Amino acid sequence: MNRFDYICPTTVAEAVAGAAETGSAYLAAGTNLVDLMKIGVARPQRLIDVTKLPGLDAIEWSPDGSVRVGAMVRNADLAYDLRFAENFPAVAEALLSGASAQLRNAATVGGNLMQRTRCAYFQDTASACNRRAPGSGCDALEGDNRLHAVIGWSEHCIATHPSDFCVPLAALDAVVEVEGPQGRRDIPFESFHRLPGDTPEIETNLAPGELILGVRFPAEAARFKAHSRYLKLRERTSYAFAVVSAAAALDLQEGSIRHARLAVGAVAAKPWRIREAEEGLIGGEPTTEAFAKAAEIALAGASPSGDNAFKIELARRIIVRALALAAEGTPRAMPALPGSPFSSASGVSHVA
Amino acid sequence: MTLSISLTINGQPKTIALDDPRVTLLDLLRERLYLTGTKKGCDRGQCGACTVLVDGRRMNSCLSLAVSLNGTEVTTIEGLAEGDDLHPVQAAFIECDGFQCGYCTPGQIMSAVGLISEGHAGDDPERVRELMSGNLCRCGAYQGITEAVLEAQRTLKEQKERDAA
Repeated sequence: MNRFDYICPTTVAEAVAGAAETGSAYLAAGTNLVDLMKIGVARPQRLIDVTKLPGLDAIEWSPDGSVRVGAMVRNADLAYDLRFAENFPAVAEALLSGASAQLRNAATVGGNLMQRTRCAYFQDTASACNRRAPGSGCDALEGDNRLHAVIGWSEHCIATHPSDFCVPLAALDAVVEVEGPQGRRDIPFESFHRLPGDTPEIETNLAPGELILGVRFPAEAARFKAHSRYLKLRERTSYAFAVVSAAAALDLQEGSIRHARLAVGAVAAKPWRIREAEEGLIGGEPTTEAFAKAAEIALAGASPSGDNAFKIELARRIIVRALALAAEGTPRAMPALPGSPFSSASGVSHVA
Repeated sequence: MTLSISLTINGQPKTIALDDPRVTLLDLLRERLYLTGTKKGCDRGQCGACTVLVDGRRMNSCLSLAVSLNGTEVTTIEGLAEGDDLHPVQAAFIECDGFQCGYCTPGQIMSAVGLISEGHAGDDPERVRELMSGNLCRCGAYQGITEAVLEAQRTLKEQKERDAA
């Protein structure tokens, strides 16, 4: 790990002013950043610890039913907040399907949005990676790329965004509140992360020095609470990043779909919201045929970036299944294995 | 740059001078305070061997910069037993054969203590396994670990009911 200076400001203004210095990085729980510093991928000259900033660790409801989640709220605290989980069950399920209990106790909402790709070539400083070292090339293109992107990738970068939490955020029209040298502004969640294009090193639309203060959920996002799921296929049952995941949410009225939301994870460099597929579902009945059609629309532009054509068919099936699960209804209790397609019946020991 | 931090470690308040902000909580515990019960496995948050409680919550000490934890209370495996009386989770790991080589065990036990106080598993072994998935055991003692967590949870519940009565 490189040497760095450490400061621990007590106001947002002080933090933002501190970030003006070149080479500065904000530090929250550090579950991703400290790891990347240990392996030499991140080399900040100065860490600005934002965990002691006041007012960023609350879940605040407005009378209209919208909610603001502070950037320093820990993943576990948000997932187990009863009112939040009742109103936004797919978000709670996504949070609980990610990482481990220890990491969820530490990792923050703001940090989750800022986490970096888990592409092995990005993490290996001996490999070429345009995201880590612009202009150096992309060793993933000819490498072990079965888990890489199938949507929105470019010849410069085929990495995926690893977050579970961000997938339902994209589906539910969340808004990111940020503060920077130019003051405060809102960024719609869908335009927070960027596709690689020819500048994969620019991962978000944050301006230099901008700090995430919180994420807002509009009141309308709660209309899906009775029919919301997050489904995540992993290469082992728990504690793994998604191969493909989907957040599906339906607003059903008298047997027909009044509103629909759909986003797919682990297929692109950003959580992939699919509005065309949502629009196709509106007004129809929640049938397997309708869901299959939505999945076709969702993946119309997909193409393999390597040995990963299977992810397109897998995403199709995960979408259909997530929509079908959403139509069945949000489970009364959080499943024993949140987000998992392989949850066995509760109370049964699978090691007989 | 020397940074001074205050930590309460296993009930004892300590003021610690750090000459370098790079020190993780794990390295502070092991290399500077000689509390070597907490183990370094992967040092990247993937194995759970370094799990300790920070303000009562289980966390990976390898991914936390010590300087960022100023003012917190840390509990390690050394802080669980009261004299010769093992903590119920420690006793249950022995009773249920919840380990073989023992290297991951301090992390497993601290994680189990955290899991039980979080209270989300009920008596469901599937939920226990899921909520212990951040602790790897290369010997594969998972069956015993799951039983130990459930057993310790029952013991702690009975203790609590006795104390309340």
